[in-house]
Amino acid sequence: MSPDLLIALVMLTNFTLVATSRINKAIQVAVAQGVILGLMPLAMGLGRHVHILAMAAAAIAVKGWFIPFLLRRALRHVKIHREVDPFIGYTASLLLCAAGTGLSLVLAHNLPLKPGATPAFLVPAALATLFTGFLLLVSRRKALTQVVGYLVLENGIYLFALLLVEDMPVLVETGILLDLFVGVFVMGIVINHIRTAFDSTDTRHLAELKD
Amino acid sequence: MSPYLLAVFLAAVSGLPGLFLRRRGGAVAAGLLGLAAVLGIGAAVRVLAGGGSGQARLPAAPLGTAGLLVLDPVAAWFLLPVLLVSACGALYGLGTWEEGRPGARFLRLAYGGLTAALALLVAAAHPLVFLLGWEGMAIAAFALVMMEDRHPETRRAGWIYLVCTHTGTLCLFAAFALLPAGAGPFAAFPAGFAASGRGTALFLLCLLAFGAKAGVMPLHLWLPPAHAAAPSHVSALMSGVLIKMGILGLVRLLSWVPDPPVWWGGVLMGLGVLSGVLGVAFALGQHDLKRLLAYHSIENIGIILMGLGLGSLGRSLGHPVVAALAFGGALLHVLNHGLFKALLFLAAGSAVHAAGTRDLDRLGGLGRRMPWTSAAFLVGAWAICGLPPLNGFVSEWLIYLGAFRAMAVSRWAWSAGLLAALALIGALALACFAKAFGAVFLGAPRTPAAEGVHEAPRGMLVPMGVLALACGAIGLAPALLVPALDRGVAALMPGPARPSLGGLASLPLLTGLALVLLGVALAFAVWLRPRRRTGDLPTWDCGYGRPTPRMQYTASSFADGPVSGLRWALLPRIHDARPGGLFPSPARYESHVPDPVLDRVADPALRRSARGLALLRVAQGGQLPVYLLYVLLTLLALLVWMVV
Repeated sequence: MSPDLLIALVMLTNFTLVATSRINKAIQVAVAQGVILGLMPLAMGLGRHVHILAMAAAAIAVKGWFIPFLLRRALRHVKIHREVDPFIGYTASLLLCAAGTGLSLVLAHNLPLKPGATPAFLVPAALATLFTGFLLLVSRRKALTQVVGYLVLENGIYLFALLLVEDMPVLVETGILLDLFVGVFVMGIVINHIRTAFDSTDTRHLAELKD
Repeated sequence: MSPYLLAVFLAAVSGLPGLFLRRRGGAVAAGLLGLAAVLGIGAAVRVLAGGGSGQARLPAAPLGTAGLLVLDPVAAWFLLPVLLVSACGALYGLGTWEEGRPGARFLRLAYGGLTAALALLVAAAHPLVFLLGWEGMAIAAFALVMMEDRHPETRRAGWIYLVCTHTGTLCLFAAFALLPAGAGPFAAFPAGFAASGRGTALFLLCLLAFGAKAGVMPLHLWLPPAHAAAPSHVSALMSGVLIKMGILGLVRLLSWVPDPPVWWGGVLMGLGVLSGVLGVAFALGQHDLKRLLAYHSIENIGIILMGLGLGSLGRSLGHPVVAALAFGGALLHVLNHGLFKALLFLAAGSAVHAAGTRDLDRLGGLGRRMPWTSAAFLVGAWAICGLPPLNGFVSEWLIYLGAFRAMAVSRWAWSAGLLAALALIGALALACFAKAFGAVFLGAPRTPAAEGVHEAPRGMLVPMGVLALACGAIGLAPALLVPALDRGVAALMPGPARPSLGGLASLPLLTGLALVLLGVALAFAVWLRPRRRTGDLPTWDCGYGRPTPRMQYTASSFADGPVSGLRWALLPRIHDARPGGLFPSPARYESHVPDPVLDRVADPALRRSARGLALLRVAQGGQLPVYLLYVLLTLLALLVWMVV
């Protein structure tokens, strides 16, 4: 398993995510992306560090089992299956995602990064995933899809952090754990509070909270 | 060093057990803070006794691991009041914020957090650690000020504090970016840096940031409302310790400069005189007991700044004796003010708690029913007025000596001005506390609430007793503190030639004199004691039928002389409807002294600008995706900016 193959898979999942309208499928794809990313350290040959292995295992366990478990439970509760009427349509999203990926290739080529033995497409893939996550967050209405967007954004950051993992392992690991914690937290708050307060999970209702 | 770190840790977690306990959480928190105080003060005393400064390592890889926290003599000196006042306040808080009162758990959590942030801040030796402590302190203090946020004035006080502290932090960020050492640990400046343009900008930014925190006169606007709104033991910690962190910052700044320009000292001294005189003048005009004490904090910060300014001038002009005396006085006043102001706030708090009002004209006669509280307030008032034999006298005495020495060595005319300002402050403070003590504790109760008060429980009296004893001990035996003070002053005067305060101020003589005075006073008291039992009779009413307790001298009428004399500065608002005619209608008289900066400048200016800023509301649509879009656009712009 070469890292380039995994990176290509991640890019593919990005495109699938912005093009899908069924929430269940979006969750499945985000989970797949999380697991692929969890395998990245192994593919990059970092398997000799025990703590990195443990971190990867934790990431796979949380992203592959715990978060989808929570998301599916929330899905059953709210009984919504499709993202209808997003702010930005699916074709436009796909085009924007492509533009973002292109831009990240350009940016990554010019970023002043430390030259090293990292896979050539790691940084562009990280930036592209980051943009995809943002795109999902910005363009979708339903809280569940926004949470998926948050997870994807998170994945992008994780991918970028792999650049630093050998130099400052403690920092990266705490960062990742913190992100996971925040992710679950945000999700719980967003979904539950919207539902209890407004009896629906449409984030537009949050606008009523403004001062 | 490890006792110090343990103390910070204990303070930080002191509120945690209470979250899980159904009862006695407050006692656990107070116990942990007390243990932290014992450990931390032990560590500080070791450093001040010459045990060498300790360094702490922190597990933070990006900053490097060493030299983030250094417990040097200055840090140890500031650590003493932090931990002592905090432990006393926690014990006292058990009495006012008893178990089960809503918010009591959160209060303890934030109180422990504030103590830990303060303890961390004093020893910070790296800009990042300093900012961490600074912001931790600001946020914890905001939470504590907002404890009783059901009152609109408390919410207003909290927001004013938050805005001021964040503005100060912004200045601090800019100031630290200008440090010559860059992002590394704090270090002494190269020679000539202070006089450069960058050094000037650094000094002015530090003055803004630290001055706003300390409550220096034009920047003090947050201080009176916040101190009045916070629970009393929080006011004690804020007034006694938190505002001193601004002074800590200035002390650190002065200790890095090998050659302070003359104008630095002049500016510091000028601001000190301004805050000192105006602070006490505005205190005289207040009707609210806690606001009055808050204005006295501004006054005392002024006295400390006068000392720092005079010391800095002494260094710039090559008079180490002047500098040593002035710096010594300023540092000692930091500790002293922490002790007696905390004592005053605790005593005032228990009077307010018992009577249910902070209005001086609704209290009165509390001394008869609360003898211990009134004794504690009297000790604090005695000390803050700078009267011998208590501690306030010793530190002001050192600054007086410095100013006299300055006059002797160089015939500087302005040192006469400094002396006059100090004397004026002392006199006005005495008048103000005669008013406050008289109105609250003497005379007859003015309202039924003031009549039905009871003495505070022992748990609240013990912390006041500890603080009062500390005030007395420093006042009677200041010579014991000389070695510690010398080490603190040494940090402010890098260089070989350093006179010791012990040789300059003849403090043992002061102790002897104080003891003689005390003996004479006791002898007088015994001699003047009434031989016969006196009856409890009403005052002669000049033939008027039914005198009521409201006919006593009020606080405003007592202070009317000096307040009218200072009308040009205080600008009191007076509503006076006098009785007239054959059948006079009911008459009213109200006077109110608004804050010169908050009520006269900042509030109108902000109200006006709020109208213009309403246009920016468009950007805040309340749509979560739009906010996220802002984040995305910022990220993209930053990335593109980095690449191009």
